[in-house]
Amino acid sequence: MSGVRILVGTKKGAFIITSDERREKWDISDPLFAGWEMYHLKGSPIDADRIYASQTSGWFGQIVQRSDDGGKTWNTPGGEKIPDPYDPPGGGSNKFVFDTSEETGKPLGTHQAQDGTQHPWEFKRVWHIEPSPADLDTVYAGVEDAAIFRSTDGGKNWHELAGLRGHESGPNWMPGAGGMCLHTILLDPNDPKRIYTAISAAGAFRSDDGGKTWRPINKGLSSDYIPDPTAEVGHCVHNMAMHSSKPGTLFMQKHWDVMRTDDGGDNWTEVSGNLPTDFGFPIAVHAHEPETIYVVPIKSDSEHFPIDGKLQVYRSRSGGNEWEALTNGLPQSDCYVNILRDAMAVDKFDSCGIYFGTTGGEVYCSPDSGDKWIPIARNLPKVLSVEVQTLT
Amino acid sequence: MIRVTLPAHLRTLAKVEGEVEFDLEGVVTQGAVLDALEDRFPVLLGTIRDHVTKKRRPFIRFFACEQDLSHESWDNPLPEGVLLGKEPFMVVGGIAGG
Repeated sequence: MSGVRILVGTKKGAFIITSDERREKWDISDPLFAGWEMYHLKGSPIDADRIYASQTSGWFGQIVQRSDDGGKTWNTPGGEKIPDPYDPPGGGSNKFVFDTSEETGKPLGTHQAQDGTQHPWEFKRVWHIEPSPADLDTVYAGVEDAAIFRSTDGGKNWHELAGLRGHESGPNWMPGAGGMCLHTILLDPNDPKRIYTAISAAGAFRSDDGGKTWRPINKGLSSDYIPDPTAEVGHCVHNMAMHSSKPGTLFMQKHWDVMRTDDGGDNWTEVSGNLPTDFGFPIAVHAHEPETIYVVPIKSDSEHFPIDGKLQVYRSRSGGNEWEALTNGLPQSDCYVNILRDAMAVDKFDSCGIYFGTTGGEVYCSPDSGDKWIPIARNLPKVLSVEVQTLT
Repeated sequence: MIRVTLPAHLRTLAKVEGEVEFDLEGVVTQGAVLDALEDRFPVLLGTIRDHVTKKRRPFIRFFACEQDLSHESWDNPLPEGVLLGKEPFMVVGGIAGG
């Protein structure tokens, strides 16, 4: 039977919420990895049973978990108990070490700290996991301090694609308020060598050679909070989205401004149009309409909540500029939550479902492209991420 | 027999209940106990000590026989109570927050 599986990462564990295609009745799992910060969970587009999860803790560091049965059981690839204690240990699944080798790496170098001094790159956590649409065992991880890693063995071993961190602009990258994180990875379904990433606060980058070399793609962005508003790097990109049928078109929610590009990031134009505020975090594209996009306007960069306490998703059916507020079923008073950058996703049913989670622990679903909204979970811990698997 | 206690989250991660026990030969130091622990439970690599530098993670503490061994050299022998198996070597998640 077809159905939907919602993967919810929260500040204190992960939850899996399931329903059938009608999306009327929902089951919420017990917490997975209870007590840990679950920055992101994402399923493979090749095999829905394969799910990766980023599990992190200020005490114990970073773990990557993997399920091969749709989230029923989990393992740490490479972290299995070794029967013979004299064998060398594995434990690669949580080993994220910047590549400084002469053959493939870059010198560790430094980036700009918020106090203006140069600071060595330090691995802190995995923000985003992106399984490959072409190979089941290939998966990418976006990490803090900003870098991209790839595993080609299902998460057992991770190798940095060091050309990104080692880009000549690296020393000018600076952490956003949430840390210097690489939070967005978009893989071109038609060109396996083309990868897009976004970093707070450096901007967007593109590789056309499978991750070996990278270049900033920020022309057209303008950010008043940096000395040169149109600088090549330094922009605080919050999230980007792509429709698989138009991989050269990207949509971006920046710190302020909603942007689009139709040439793979070479040039961006602002499409904020009539939004009541163009600050926000997530952006998503409808599953079947590549010019229908969604954002959640947030009042400002210091007031991270909806204007006037009214939670409103905005939809544009024209790829931006003309926006309509979607409010049916959403709280329209006294609502002061935020929606974080990875906390919005869509399903692939004919009547496309839109989902988002809030810092107040609610998860909402619209089974009809945004016309009406239903709370499918309440009182969860702060929601960090929402991903959707459409099961057929 | 060396006895090691782990914080609850690491017990869950390592899929063990209660204490971890193993025999060690030679001079039993803090470093040797942690090496042996990570050998047996590779999933713990990086969770107690940094993968590369092998430095103790900042919020991890090591206690034994009512002593804080967190700042001791890896190469110092552990207290006799631990060597005799009378007392556990305790890996502790430090209290933080408020």
